[in-house]
Amino acid sequence: MLRTDSLEVYGLQPVSFEVAGGECLAVQGPSGSGKTVLLRALADLDPVAGRIFLDGTERNALSGPEWRKRVRYAAAEPGWWGETPREHFAQGEGLDELVTALGLRVAQLDQSIALLSTGERQRMALARAIIDGPCVLLLDEPTGALDAKATAQAERVIKRQLKKGHAVILVSHDPGQVKRLAGRKLTIRGGRVRVSRA
Amino acid sequence: MTQTSYIALTYWDLAMAASLILINGLLSFAFRLGLERTLFVAAIRMTVQLMAIGFVLKFIFIQTSPLWTLGLGLLMVLFAGREAMARQTRRYKGWWAYGLGTGTLLFVGLLGVLFGVGVLIGPDPWHTPRLVLPILGMILGNTLNGISLSLETLTMAAQRERTSIEARIALGATRFEALSVVIRQSLKTGMMPIVNAMAATGIVSLPGMMTGQILAGVDPVEATKYQVLITFLIAGGTALGAFVAVLGGARLLTDERHRLRLDRLEKPVQ
Repeated sequence: MLRTDSLEVYGLQPVSFEVAGGECLAVQGPSGSGKTVLLRALADLDPVAGRIFLDGTERNALSGPEWRKRVRYAAAEPGWWGETPREHFAQGEGLDELVTALGLRVAQLDQSIALLSTGERQRMALARAIIDGPCVLLLDEPTGALDAKATAQAERVIKRQLKKGHAVILVSHDPGQVKRLAGRKLTIRGGRVRVSRA
Repeated sequence: MTQTSYIALTYWDLAMAASLILINGLLSFAFRLGLERTLFVAAIRMTVQLMAIGFVLKFIFIQTSPLWTLGLGLLMVLFAGREAMARQTRRYKGWWAYGLGTGTLLFVGLLGVLFGVGVLIGPDPWHTPRLVLPILGMILGNTLNGISLSLETLTMAAQRERTSIEARIALGATRFEALSVVIRQSLKTGMMPIVNAMAATGIVSLPGMMTGQILAGVDPVEATKYQVLITFLIAGGTALGAFVAVLGGARLLTDERHRLRLDRLEKPVQ
């Protein structure tokens, strides 16, 4: 589904790998090793040399916004521009069910974002990234601020996306989570990138 | 215009007025503001610049060729463009630091003079320097203010709101959709001074140009008519200038792939 060809991400040796539909690839490495810049490069948020293909279509064949509607990056620290979470969703269809599956209350969609906890905001951001069904999800520590119960709920939602045939690239510092979700892992160490079984 | 009496000032009168700057100096000294040198330089600069422009204008007013007017007008635009750049905390890298403000000021100044002098006032010849240059100066001075305020807001807010702007971009927004909140803030900030000035004009303050005309002996009602015309020209110029500069600035802050490119800004100027 998503394939990179000698992607030149800042601080890393040229990166080439492939993720199939329905597969979760975990990205691991120490803090500051380049996990986030790799995800940002895949989402075309930073200019990088090298090629990325989505189902055979090269990144530059689509406009930036069109690419990012298909290859979706969810940052570790989500940004908000409206007053309530609902203003941040492109569509309302399936939204109530999705937020409930993530352990949130539907009423919270219309609460002030300032009143939500860090974990609640993180789950809202996950819902926001998923709701319009992007082909590839680039999740940067999506459960970093969640307790065990909320983490399990988020993982169930991520698994559901995988079952639908979407690909997930997941940055996680939790080895247990990597085992539960990912089939393979991409390890970054000293600028070198290695893909192996999870 | 009705000319009545006009009292000419002597250089001695100016020297007496200049003594008032001592109040600023004493305050700075007493409260250790450290502004003495800056005040001194600013006062000297203001005096020399104004005296010089007085002589230059006197020379140009007696020339018949419009090239003199055009030359001085262009020089004013270039200086205003430099000021617009100098007031930015984070300037655009390269030529655009100067080009964006200068280009906008040239466009607005030209349009303002053509409409204000060429169409509305309609002197013969249309390029009469006595009308073109002061009006261009007033349009440039105010538009410069609007442009620099709105560009400052744009670049600083884009930096401050980076996370939310990139969140929108990551969700598939175009560059102008992602920057819409910041663009609105910038336009509002750029237009606020002229909106406030219009509301206060005539009650809280008497504008400088109108006061000058009255002091020079022009009938107050006639002076007011000119002031109204100039204020509308300034308001339109400021709005247009802020709009062009902000849209241009937003375009420069992003690239053709609709990515936020804060790397196109220099490090903050202290």
